Amino acid sequence: MTSSQRIELVCPAGSLPALKTAIDHGADCVYLGFKDATNARNFTGLNFDPAQMREGIAYAHARRRKVLLALNTYPQTANWAGWTAAVDRAAEFGIDAVILADPGLMAYAAKTHPQLRLHLSVQGSATSYEAINFYHERFGIQRAVLPRVLSMAQVEQVVGRTPVEIEVFGFGGLCVMVEGRCALSAYATGESPNCNGACSPGKHVRWEQTPQGMETRLNGILIDRFGEHERAGYPTLCKGRFEVNDETYYAIEEPTSLNTLEMLPELARVGVAAIKIEGRQRSPAYVAQVTKVWRAALDRVAVDPAGFHALPAWMAELNKVSEGQSHTLGAYYRPWK
Amino acid sequence: MKLSLGPLLYYWPRQSVLDFYAEIADSPVDIVHLGETVCSRRHELRLDDWIEVAAMLADAGKEAVLSSQSLIESESDLKTLRRVVGQQRFRVEANDMAAVRLLAEAGRRDWIAGPTLNVFNPHTLGLLVEAGASRWVVAPEMSGAALAEVRSTLPAPIETEVFAYGRLPLAHSARCFTARHYNLQKDGCEFRCLGIADGLVLRTREGEPFLTLNGVQTQSAKVHTLLGDLSALDGRAEVLRISPQGAHTRDIIERFRAALDGRQTPAEALAASSAHMPAAPCNGFWHGRPGVEQFVPA
Repeated sequence: MTSSQRIELVCPAGSLPALKTAIDHGADCVYLGFKDATNARNFTGLNFDPAQMREGIAYAHARRRKVLLALNTYPQTANWAGWTAAVDRAAEFGIDAVILADPGLMAYAAKTHPQLRLHLSVQGSATSYEAINFYHERFGIQRAVLPRVLSMAQVEQVVGRTPVEIEVFGFGGLCVMVEGRCALSAYATGESPNCNGACSPGKHVRWEQTPQGMETRLNGILIDRFGEHERAGYPTLCKGRFEVNDETYYAIEEPTSLNTLEMLPELARVGVAAIKIEGRQRSPAYVAQVTKVWRAALDRVAVDPAGFHALPAWMAELNKVSEGQSHTLGAYYRPWK
Repeated sequence: MKLSLGPLLYYWPRQSVLDFYAEIADSPVDIVHLGETVCSRRHELRLDDWIEVAAMLADAGKEAVLSSQSLIESESDLKTLRRVVGQQRFRVEANDMAAVRLLAEAGRRDWIAGPTLNVFNPHTLGLLVEAGASRWVVAPEMSGAALAEVRSTLPAPIETEVFAYGRLPLAHSARCFTARHYNLQKDGCEFRCLGIADGLVLRTREGEPFLTLNGVQTQSAKVHTLLGDLSALDGRAEVLRISPQGAHTRDIIERFRAALDGRQTPAEALAASSAHMPAAPCNGFWHGRPGVEQFVPA
């Protein structure tokens, strides 16, 4: 990968309308999942049944765009066949790549469908070229998605030492923990991103108006409490307010979104192959708005990297759909750490 | 059943660490994991120091293992990892696929697949065995039933180690939450976690202990203990891991040994250990429930 190549824009498709919207607004690829625990966004009302997936792939391919399938949870002994069946179905449907985390499943895919392109999911927790090259040598992965923990210099180091294309998160919900290495949700609710494809799942959420304010709980655990003029947020457990040494604050992370738009020239320079927009759980309207801005920005950076700057109008558009209407550069920006 | 001592997850002053392992040398533990697995900024002991401690413990009849760092971010992290893998005397616990690659490349056939490798099915475990793993440390979030299923479908048995005691290591981040608590950046953290023997307790706004901040690692506040579940471990594990805590680690080791040797019932051992535990017990993960729960089967 050299910086003269175009960076691909990879957009979320939680539903068929979202997929069409993403394609119509300039996504190069969309990523999606089946309606079950094989993907890490296993939420009610989200994702694709086989008929919708066929239709979505046809829609994208007719416009020469790509569809990637996330099969990025870790299968257990008892449900193994469900995951291999999902790989088989994806291959049969003519998917452009599957995004996998489990090495066992990767071995299955590489052996059974040698023509199927494999991407390493962010859930694979590969943060170094040594780890990424392991998956490349063993299973022939062609792309890896980096967890949101590396600084820009560290991203550059990885890109330069692997033949595998590197995809990074550009915008959307900020996972503060290394994906694939976080069992906080499992600890609180018994359901985990790794195995069940869900973090802080909705069925364990409770909102309750109390004399102290609006309380949000996850499986009974108080995640936050909001005053009269505060907007009560979803109880994602790492974005709650807690007490440490008698001080109450967002001890892990504020509710905020990742937005790396202003780093685009740097991401292009170091040779990142693709930028992922997070948000399969968000509406088609969100997908439209975010895709439009990122398409414009990527087109601009491709022709004039030196003159590129993030337009205030773009940032304003993105802030409208950001968590808490605020954004951060996350770990790409070293002082965040 | 063998007892193992997991890597020290906290940052203690150098002398405290050396004193601790001197005390462990004559404790009834069979395996001791050494090295810095949490944060590359922690340097009270360097790799050569850990190797010296390992040699001391090996002389005392323990199996010493060097555990690799869980989260690899920089070239210098990889450099340390290469040195860990490069030494021949001690077995290595691989806590990241980077370590797996280097160990396999070096042709080592004796390494340990650590708890952060996300092994949830026999196919993935089989691949690691093929790459040279000869012991498997189960991810703490895996239930006893799921573990039994993996083992029952393996073509050949592999020595299996279960996290049996300690605050659960639940998550790793690029961000240091201890530095954040003191309004410091990670690069200028002033080593504030040094000497916080058991991490910082994070409570809900109702004052309920929920998590523990340990630098870039987040742990449970409650102490996971399988002392009450020992009978269910039979046939599912050959090694039980005890994670070092700020005080009384040796007492906890003795409790496990007494219960395993039949000198105490598991229930007695659990009750006796409660005085030495820094927080309430939990065991939910083992029972396929939220990890925070303390579950007593009917």
